[in-house]
Amino acid sequence: MGPHHPSTHGVFRMMVTLDGETVVKLKPVFGYLHRNHEKIGENTTYLASMPYTDRLDYFCSMTNNWAYALAVEQLAGLPVPERAEYLRVILAELTRLLNHTCLAGFLLQDTGASGTPLMYAFREREKILDLFESLSGSRMMCNYQRFGGCRIDATPEWLAAARQLVNGYNAFLDEYEELITGNEILMARTQNVGVLSPALAVNAGITGPMLRASGVDYDLRKVDGYGYYPRFEFRIPLGDHGDTYDRYMVRMLEMRESIGILRQALDRIPEGPVMDPKAKIRGFKPKPGEHYGRIEGPKGEIGFYLISDGTANPYRYRVRPPSLINLTILEDLCLGHTLADAVIILGSIDIVLGEVDR
Amino acid sequence: MSASVSVLLPPLAAGQVGDSALLERLPLMARDLLTAGLSEPWRWLANSLITIGAVIVIFASLFALLTLVERKVLGRVQNRPGPNRTGWGGILQPLADGIKMLTKEDIVPRSADRLLHFLAPVTLLALSVITFAVIPYGRHLVPVELDAAVLYFFAAGAATELAIFMAGWSSHNKYSLLAAMRALAQLISYELPLLLAFVPVIMLAGSLSTTAIVAAQGGWLWNFIPQWHVLTPPGFAGFVIFMVAALAESNRSPFDLPEAESELIAGHLTEYSGFKYALFFMAEYFGMCALSGMAVTLFLGGWQAPLPVLEFVPSYLWFAAKLLLVLLGFIWIRATFPRLRIDQLTRLAWKFLVPLALINLGTAAFWSLTHDWAGPMQLVRWGGVSLAPSSDVRRPRPGHQRGIAPRTYRYA
Amino acid sequence: MLGSGLIQGLAVTAKNFVKSFHDPARLVTVEYPEQKTKLPENYRNFPFLVYDGDQAIDGLRCVACKICEAECPPQCIYIIPDRDEKGRPTKKPKVFDLDISVCMSCQICVEVCPFDAIKMDQHFEIATAERFNALLLHREDLAKSDAYFHTLHPTEAAQVDAVLAEAKRRTEAKARPAAPAAVPATPTAPAAPAAKPPEPPPPAV
Repeated sequence: MGPHHPSTHGVFRMMVTLDGETVVKLKPVFGYLHRNHEKIGENTTYLASMPYTDRLDYFCSMTNNWAYALAVEQLAGLPVPERAEYLRVILAELTRLLNHTCLAGFLLQDTGASGTPLMYAFREREKILDLFESLSGSRMMCNYQRFGGCRIDATPEWLAAARQLVNGYNAFLDEYEELITGNEILMARTQNVGVLSPALAVNAGITGPMLRASGVDYDLRKVDGYGYYPRFEFRIPLGDHGDTYDRYMVRMLEMRESIGILRQALDRIPEGPVMDPKAKIRGFKPKPGEHYGRIEGPKGEIGFYLISDGTANPYRYRVRPPSLINLTILEDLCLGHTLADAVIILGSIDIVLGEVDR
Repeated sequence: MSASVSVLLPPLAAGQVGDSALLERLPLMARDLLTAGLSEPWRWLANSLITIGAVIVIFASLFALLTLVERKVLGRVQNRPGPNRTGWGGILQPLADGIKMLTKEDIVPRSADRLLHFLAPVTLLALSVITFAVIPYGRHLVPVELDAAVLYFFAAGAATELAIFMAGWSSHNKYSLLAAMRALAQLISYELPLLLAFVPVIMLAGSLSTTAIVAAQGGWLWNFIPQWHVLTPPGFAGFVIFMVAALAESNRSPFDLPEAESELIAGHLTEYSGFKYALFFMAEYFGMCALSGMAVTLFLGGWQAPLPVLEFVPSYLWFAAKLLLVLLGFIWIRATFPRLRIDQLTRLAWKFLVPLALINLGTAAFWSLTHDWAGPMQLVRWGGVSLAPSSDVRRPRPGHQRGIAPRTYRYA
Repeated sequence: MLGSGLIQGLAVTAKNFVKSFHDPARLVTVEYPEQKTKLPENYRNFPFLVYDGDQAIDGLRCVACKICEAECPPQCIYIIPDRDEKGRPTKKPKVFDLDISVCMSCQICVEVCPFDAIKMDQHFEIATAERFNALLLHREDLAKSDAYFHTLHPTEAAQVDAVLAEAKRRTEAKARPAAPAAVPATPTAPAAPAAKPPEPPPPAV
C-alpha cells in the first residue's frame, strides 16, 4: 500500500503481504519525505532551525518549537520569564487539543465514517488555528517560541478568545463522543485490534498516548516536570487493553485533562515580559557542550539533542521524533489482522510523515 | 422472461373521485394519445418503448438529483453548504459532473482484460435498469405485470454483483481484485437475509406479484392507521432486516466494503475513469433506487396514501415521496456510520440477520394464522410476536460480542 | 442495548443537519472569493521593504548590511550593495531580490533586521501563471511605503516609530557635540557579520 494511498497519512508505504485479507507480513518504508532536516540544522544558526521545527510535525508546531527552545535554553542556560512559561503551557495544551481532535477525525475517516467526524473535528481545529494565527501570524507554521521566551506577547483579547474556546470545547467533545464513541460499529472495529502489550511498548521506546493506552504510566509532564507543569493539577488517563479503541479513548480523555490545565493556566497567567531581556536574537552562540531537551508532545516524547562547539551553528542537531519511533512496531500490531485493520492501526498510531522522514 | 406490457387499463374502481382518477391515469392517457394512430403490433411496441424510455429518463434524472441531494445533505450534516457554485445554489452540479465525466479520458490499463473491462459497467447498468420493470409506481403504472415479480426483481438484482466481480477481475489491480472478492462475499451473505426478510410479506399478502402485494396493503384501520406491512410486527422486523440487507446489497455505507475508500482506494472502480466510472456510479444509484422502491412496495404500502383524506394526491406522487424518504434514510446512515470489516459483515449476516429472519418467518406464520383472535387473545398475539425476535437479539454470539463493550478508564 | 450507540449517532447528525440551516456556529464555511475573514494584525506572509517619504527606491530604509541574507533559513534573499562612482558603499541595495517560491514567511529577516527595514506583508493572493520571474521579486516590487506598513501592523509600526525616533534623538544628541560629518549612528547589531558570508548562488531564473 502506498505511497499513493488515501490512508497512509502522507507519503508512507507499507509493503503488505496478504493471505486473503489477513496481513502476514508488513514492512513499512519510510523516507519519501526526507528533506535533510538534521543536516540543515547543522548548517544554519540556532535560530534559523526554529522555523524548520514547525515543519516536523505540522500539526504541533508549537510543541516542536517549545522542545527545540527548551533544548537550546538548557544548553545555553537561558532563563525564561514567567509569563512566557505560562504562554507555552497554554499553547502546548491547545496543540494537544488540536492534534488529538484531528487524530480522532482521521481515525474515524479511516474506519470509513464518510467525513462527518472529520469535519466536526476540523471545525474545532479551525478555531484553534485561528487563535494561533492571531497570536503568531501563521496558522500552522507558527515559529513562535524563541530562546528565552516567546516572540510576541498575547493580548488580553487573545487570552479572552482562548478562554472562550476552552469553555466551549467540552461541549464539542460531548457531542463528538455522543456521535461516535458509543457506536457499536466503531467498538467492533477497534476493540481487540492492534493490541500493544506494555512490555513491547516499553522495549520499543513507544511514548505518548500510545504508551499510556497500554497501561504504562509515563508522561513527561509528570516525570520531568518541565515548564510549569508541576504547578497544575491534572490526571493521566491509562488504558488497560492497549488496543486501537484504548488509544482513541485515552486521547479523548487527555483532551478533557488538557481543558483543565488550560483553565488553570488562563486563570493564573501573570503580567510581565515574554522575552528574557538578556536573550540575543542575532549572534547567538552557546558555550560548547551538549544537551538533550525533551517535552511531552501530543504524539509522544519530542526531543532535540544538540552539541555546541561554541559557534553560531550547532555541531550536531538530532531530533527524536515520536512518530517514527511509534511507527516502528507497526508490523507487530498488524500481523494477523485484516487489511482494513492495518489502516486503522496506522491511523491510531498517529503519525505525521513530516516528522517520520524529516 | 415472457412478459407482456400492460397496455390494458383496469376499469375504474368504484367510488373514486373523478379528478383523482383523471390525474391517476394522466401518464397512461398521454402515452395512448401518442400511439393512437398506430396499428396493433406497432402500437404495442411503441407503448413498450415509451414506458421503457419514461422509466429510464425519470430514474436518470432522479440519479442526477440524488447525487446533488446526497452531497448537499452530507454537506449540511457536516456543517458545510455542499456544492453551490454551479447554477443557482448548485442546482447544475450534476450537469457539470456529467460533462466532466464525459470529457475525461477513458483509460484502460495495459494489462487489463479489455473486453471484460468494457463489459462490466454496461452489464451492471443493464442489470440495474431491468429491475425497475416490476415496481408498481402508481395505481395504474406498472411497466410489467408479472406473477413472480418479486422473484424476478431479486434475481436481476443479485446478478449485479457479477458485474462488480467482472470489473474487479478485469482491472488487473490488487485493490480491484480484493474489492471483487469482498463484493462476492457480501452478495452471498446478504442475499439470504434479503430474501428471507420479505417472505413474511408474501405470507401476509399471499402473492408474489407486486401489484397484489400493494393492493393487500390498502385500507385503513379505524380510518387512520394504514394497513401497511411495516406496521405489523413481523413486517416491521422484516423491514429492518430488509433495509440492513439492502444497504449491503447496494454497497452503501456502512457496508461499502467493495469501494472502501480508506482501504482499497476505490475498490473495483480504481482503474475506471471517465464515462465508465460514471456508468458505475449511475448503476449504484439505480440499484439503490430499485431496492428502495421495492422496500416501499413490500413494506411501506407502495403507492397507497397514508390517510384517506390524502387520497386525492395521485398515487405515483405518494410512491415518489416514500421513495425519496427511504433514499434520504440511506444518505443519513451514510453520514453517520463507520464501515464494518469484512468478517464482521459476514458474521452479522449469518449469525444475526439470518436467524432473526428465520424467527421472523415463524412469527409471521403465527401472526397470519391468528388474525381472527380477539379480545384478550389479541394481547397474547402481540406479546408472542414482539418477544420472539429478542431470542435472537439476546442470544450470546461467541466471537462476535467478545469484549465489545463500552469501557471505563483509570487515571494514574 | 445493541444499536443504542448507532441511534445516538443518528440523532447527532440529524441535529447538525437541522442546525446548519439556522445556527451560524454549525455552518462555519467562509465562501472565500465573495467573503473574506479579517486578517489578524499579526498575520504574516512574505516580507517587503519599507521606504520613508515618497521615493520608493531612494527612501528605502535598507542599508544592504546583508544580515537578513545571512540569517534567512532557506536563503531566499540576495543582496548586492550599491556603490558610488568612487567605489564606496552608498548603504543602499543595488539588487535586493527575494525569491518567494523559496521564502517560507518565517519572519526571521524581520527579527534580525537592525534597521526595521524589512517587514512582513499580508498580501496572499499571489497566484501567477509564470513560475520563475513572476515569483522572483526585485527591490522595485518589494518597496512599500511606511504608511502601508502602518495600515498592516499598527501596533508594531508604533513600536518601530518609537524606536526610530529614539535612535534619531540619540543620533542628534551625539551629533551635536561631535563633528557635523558624523556617520549616522543606528542601534546596530553587535554581531553584524564582520566577515562577509559566502555569496549565495544567484537564484535560478
